[in-house]
Amino acid sequence: MKRIFSLFLIACLLVPALSGCHGARSLPEFVIPEAFDTSRTYEITFWAKNDTNVVQTGIYEQAMADFMDLYPNIKVTMRLYNDYGKIYNDVITNISTQTTPNVCITYPDHIATYLTGNKTVVPLDALFVDEQYGLGGSELLFDGPTMEEIIPQFLSECIVNGAHYAMPYMRSTEACYVNTDFVEALGYTLPDVLTWDFVWEVSEAAMEKDADGNFKLNGQKTLIPFIYKSTDNMMIQMLRQTGGGYSTADGEVQIFNNTTKELLYRIASHAKTGAFSTFKISSYPANFLNAGQCIFAVDSTAGATWMGCDAPLIDIDEDKLVKFETAVYPIPQFDPQNPTMISQGPSVCVFNKTDPQEVLASWLFAQYLLTNDVQIAYSQTEGYVPVTSKAQGSAEYADYLSRMGEDNELYYDVKIKASRLLLENVGNTFVTPVFDGSVKVRNAAGQMIENAAKAARRKQTVDDAYMENLFSEVTSLYRLDQISQSGGTNEKQDLGSLPSASVWLLTVLAAVWVLIGAYLLTEMRKKRKKFQKSH
Amino acid sequence: MKKILALVFAFVLCVSLVACGTANDPNKKSEGVMTWEEYNAADLEAAVVIEAYVQGNQAWWDDDDDGNGFITLYAQDPTGGYFIYELPCTKADADKMTAGTKIKVSGYKAAWAGEVEIIDATFEILEGTWVASVLDVTDLLGKDELVNHQNKKVAFKGMTVESVAYKNDQQGNDIYVTVSKDGASYNFCVESYLTDANTDVYKAVEALEAGDVIDVEGFLYWYEGVNTHITAVKDAQ
Repeated sequence: MKRIFSLFLIACLLVPALSGCHGARSLPEFVIPEAFDTSRTYEITFWAKNDTNVVQTGIYEQAMADFMDLYPNIKVTMRLYNDYGKIYNDVITNISTQTTPNVCITYPDHIATYLTGNKTVVPLDALFVDEQYGLGGSELLFDGPTMEEIIPQFLSECIVNGAHYAMPYMRSTEACYVNTDFVEALGYTLPDVLTWDFVWEVSEAAMEKDADGNFKLNGQKTLIPFIYKSTDNMMIQMLRQTGGGYSTADGEVQIFNNTTKELLYRIASHAKTGAFSTFKISSYPANFLNAGQCIFAVDSTAGATWMGCDAPLIDIDEDKLVKFETAVYPIPQFDPQNPTMISQGPSVCVFNKTDPQEVLASWLFAQYLLTNDVQIAYSQTEGYVPVTSKAQGSAEYADYLSRMGEDNELYYDVKIKASRLLLENVGNTFVTPVFDGSVKVRNAAGQMIENAAKAARRKQTVDDAYMENLFSEVTSLYRLDQISQSGGTNEKQDLGSLPSASVWLLTVLAAVWVLIGAYLLTEMRKKRKKFQKSH
Repeated sequence: MKKILALVFAFVLCVSLVACGTANDPNKKSEGVMTWEEYNAADLEAAVVIEAYVQGNQAWWDDDDDGNGFITLYAQDPTGGYFIYELPCTKADADKMTAGTKIKVSGYKAAWAGEVEIIDATFEILEGTWVASVLDVTDLLGKDELVNHQNKKVAFKGMTVESVAYKNDQQGNDIYVTVSKDGASYNFCVESYLTDANTDVYKAVEALEAGDVIDVEGFLYWYEGVNTHITAVKDAQ
């Protein structure tokens, strides 16, 4: 009888354990504390990326030091990455162990995937408007921007699944860096707005060689007139400009369409002649441009310090550098009257933790990254623009822009021209929809250009059959057929505690299993006793 | 009878040795496989099939949750070197491709910033092992012939260190090492995917100072010019 009672006791203890397991890994929903507890100390981790630019590292370190002077009870440590992909992978790995960073420089596309973890990233809408600790809040120890002072276009890019899960940190777009000497040498005049037709035509005209096999234009064996760094962006922007489908906000993949085919045929035809190539196929556009081996180099405005023969950052031997004039244009357009270009750049998000005070400390640091000192200093490292009107409208930033060309370092003209390009075109920028899987769609868009260009270079037939096969391969490679059209992310819901009927069902099941086990044990013991007696 | 048996055994032994020798002859190529000279003469973007022996590899990285990933290999036969970039393979196969392993690779010849490589490739692991000896190419520095030894295991003797810097100023990243010889400077690199921060060579290079004179071993990689991936350093002999 005692034994049966014990078994029932075990079964009863199992019930709360079983029901408690349901959603046990979930972080609690972040609730803003009434006050920031300054009597405690906090250690927060900041994962960031720099653009192979050590000045940016210095700016992060200065920002951390200045912030810790203001908040001596918050210790910030930084982990620096070379590319966003690695940050993304590490965050994903750390979600399951709840060892994500506190603050992270990242992209909204990535955040959409982070949100598949339960309450992993803190929605910032309530924090934005908190009177004490929100943007421009009364209890802040620094002069941060108000919500109205964050450029609305940039802020709206941080909406995932209907809520702000990030704040913009820096913004850039792409630019076409042009060797104007070469364009003029070929007998062309640069138009006000570059068009794709113009770029293709000039690029093909440059392919003429002399009897020794050197290109007539530069007298060298190597010339790739048009090189595109990010083919993801190339396809995304071409589809946007032509009205071809890309994706919808709820995750419908639209990139496999007739417009895409037409674009790929055109791109492949120029890859076949050698007039066009990509970073993945050939190398950095800047290196070819600076060696006099490229006419049109498309790269981020955040890469402007590498562009042009007087660039502060050069990656080729000095004896390979060629002197030329560099013009900075928006990317080529299909409709010059309605220029369209992508808005890109890092954002900053705050990860959820079990301790709301720690999250609040993280939020304070994230906000500090939007102060004028950090914004202006960081934007000057590349052709970035600050994300707040507070910084953009400051006397310090106006002075910086006005001194374009004073030197080839801080005031390098190509870099400031690149920043101005975005400042003048904020209204012409767009972003792609963000959902769980949007990273894959982006990668797939670029992969189609890479594959078509390689196929053409390899003299393979690029026809309708090729296109159908390419669409199928890319769909499979990026598992695009597995993206759910769920209206955004596949965030796991916290299902709460089990219904009482389920709890009792589990209780009965557990009790039955325990009784079965007890019965079998008893039978085995009886048999053993019989066996011992018979020997 | 004993004599006859001894002769039979001796014959069998000879046959075995010959057979072994054939399997391990690093110069021998299977049907349809290019010699290094044929590979070298092939146009960029051409389909190529080579047989070579792995001499080093960059860290395998996984591409998905199914154990599929990529490995980048430095390979060689007695004539020339090969760089096989992001070869799709499982972790299990990657673990088999240790130094000396014979492989057959089918892919496309490409060039990235001057580095000639095989991309979009498939592979087979074959019987046979061979490890290349290090070739001293110090005298070829600054000469056009140096590129003919691209991707081989090479040595440069008596190089003076000019500067040592972490990529992005971060320990654990690649280390950029500028060395000079006879008044000319060269950019070498400790490629962290090949030799990470836990390796002896990484630690040894971290400790170098400007003015040190060293002997360097590595794979003759190219990035806008010679950019040896360092695998060993020691004080100049």
